[in-house]
Amino acid sequence: MKASLYINLQRKIILIVLVVSLVPLVILGGTIYYQFARMYKDKIEEQIKYRAKAQAEAVDVFLKERIALLNTVACTHTFSELIDEKRLSEIFSVMNSKGGAFVDLGIIKNNGQQAAYMGPYDLLGLNYYEQRWFGEVVRKGIFISDVYFGYRQLPHFIIAVLRQENRNSWILRATIDPDVFCPIVRSAQMGKTGDAYIVNVAGVYQTQPRFDGKLLSKSHLDTALFGREASVIEQKDGQKGEILYAGYWLKTPRWLLVVSQEVAEEMSGLLVTRNVEIIIIVLGLLAIVMVTVFMTRLFISRLRETDNKIDTMNAQLMHSDKLAALGKMGASVAHEINNPLVVVVQKIGWMEDLLDEEDPQKTKNLEEYKKTISKIDYHLERIRKVVHNMLGYARRMEPRFEAVDINETLDQTIDLLENYALVNNINIQTDLSSSLPIIANDKAQLQQVFLNLISNAIDAISKDGLIEIESRTADSHIVVTISDDGPGIPKDQQRRVFEPFFTTKETEKGTGLGLWISYDIMEKMGGTIIFESKVGEGSAFTVKIPVVLPEKE
Amino acid sequence: MELFSVLVVDDEEDFVETLVNRLKKRTIDAVGAPSGEDALELLGNREFDVVILDIKMPGGMDGIETLKEIKKIQPLSEVILLTGHASVESSIEGMRCGAFDYVLKPIKLEELFPKIAQAFEKKDVHNQKIRSAKIQHSLRYW
Repeated sequence: MKASLYINLQRKIILIVLVVSLVPLVILGGTIYYQFARMYKDKIEEQIKYRAKAQAEAVDVFLKERIALLNTVACTHTFSELIDEKRLSEIFSVMNSKGGAFVDLGIIKNNGQQAAYMGPYDLLGLNYYEQRWFGEVVRKGIFISDVYFGYRQLPHFIIAVLRQENRNSWILRATIDPDVFCPIVRSAQMGKTGDAYIVNVAGVYQTQPRFDGKLLSKSHLDTALFGREASVIEQKDGQKGEILYAGYWLKTPRWLLVVSQEVAEEMSGLLVTRNVEIIIIVLGLLAIVMVTVFMTRLFISRLRETDNKIDTMNAQLMHSDKLAALGKMGASVAHEINNPLVVVVQKIGWMEDLLDEEDPQKTKNLEEYKKTISKIDYHLERIRKVVHNMLGYARRMEPRFEAVDINETLDQTIDLLENYALVNNINIQTDLSSSLPIIANDKAQLQQVFLNLISNAIDAISKDGLIEIESRTADSHIVVTISDDGPGIPKDQQRRVFEPFFTTKETEKGTGLGLWISYDIMEKMGGTIIFESKVGEGSAFTVKIPVVLPEKE
Repeated sequence: MELFSVLVVDDEEDFVETLVNRLKKRTIDAVGAPSGEDALELLGNREFDVVILDIKMPGGMDGIETLKEIKKIQPLSEVILLTGHASVESSIEGMRCGAFDYVLKPIKLEELFPKIAQAFEKKDVHNQKIRSAKIQHSLRYW
């Protein structure tokens, strides 16, 4: 019953402490991780955006340079100069040595006829009038195509510029070497999972991506999602998890340079941090749990000890309260009994007086009456004795203090009982300390206590045995121990020995008031009386008397 | 002819009646009174050699007050106090106020009787002294 109370209390305390300490810790850990992760991701996005922008600018510069080169050639030469194959070859080699990346060069007349061609393919004389780019160049003056296959059946893209020469106009067209162009784009690739490529407005790959698809195939990117500025989108891929795409529109053609990165790879640093954090938090939690459980257990066990002590003290207090209450009640009961007793004693006396007047011849039962009256007298005497003791207890108020030699008092008491002991073949041995101080106390009352204890010991032994009486000083007390080798007091009776009227003696021999009175005397003197007893081994009563030195006269 | 006179004062009437009877049987002129007031009234009318007085009488005068009054009316009467244990202290006070002795209740007549006799003896000695003093006094002027 009580144990479950402690367990419940322990559980409650542990629960509350754990909740109060763990919840903030977990929330703190989670918040820090969340914030940190967001910052980390922001940083990654920023980085990938920056890469996309930088690379797009590099590609822009590359394309602008090519356009500038072509414009320069077109503006500084006449149509007739350029259709001269030798001249064109010279210009082509200069262009490639200074700028590079041109696969071929062609001059196209305004009717779409290729008038001159310098390059590895046999394209001279082809007519481009029907090609879409031809119309664009005529309209805009400059045109960069998407990648396409064209006549040569190889993926490529062209840059074409229009030259207005007097009334006549013609077009200078160059094909860009994908082997030069693609690495520029690809150099933005990072790490194991990073990719960089270009798609056109329709989302078709303009350069070979590292993963996911082929040149000129359709990518799964929706280019409409990318704004004018560098922008980042995040998409989930079944196998690779989250992927970040940063896109930046080029200035010249409507191409989108895309740099992509798997989030997981970039986040690996964060994962390490997260794991470290989790380990720290878990260790912290373990420490908190262990300390909480340990401390609570310690606390509960201390509480239990204290409670037990208080319980014991309360029990003792209740016991002495009980004895005091019993004493008061006993005294008032004795008083009430005494009043009628006074009358009864006189009435019996009166009957005795009157019986003397009876004629023995005429009164049939005279002898029987006389016997009965003497029996009543005898038992009234017993009542008188009990009442005497009880009232004596009530009467005994303040002890009278005088100089007392405990050893002498003990010797005198033993003298009183020696004969009684010898008759029963009981040996009384003494071990009295010679250094006992003379103390201020009530000798008569102390003698009463010793008398009670020694005669109890004799009665307990009844025949053949040994009583040891020892006196010594301990702290500021004189300790007197009276032990016998009698039968001992059974456990169930031990609590009751100081109660009034509790006796194991025959009714003729004891009233059961001796120990009660002794207990009371010792209490009033500020001393104590305790005992130890084992069935079959005997009992030892110990009296502790406070040392109070008598005033010098 | 009675030996001497005794007044028994106690609020327990059974006790008074029985004790008076027993004393009378022993040829003592014994009279009972149930309270201090009744005792004083009786003492106003006649003389008693010995008064046996209960020290604790609820209601009315208690033993000590009665004792003081008795000593005023009949200073030569000897008073024996009857006491329960709880009133030993007041019996000591009674002794100071001139009581002859005190006894603890309950008491057997066998124990009480010698004390009554002693008390009477004391009073008698006292009376004799007074008588002889009177005789000497009258002799002087004779």
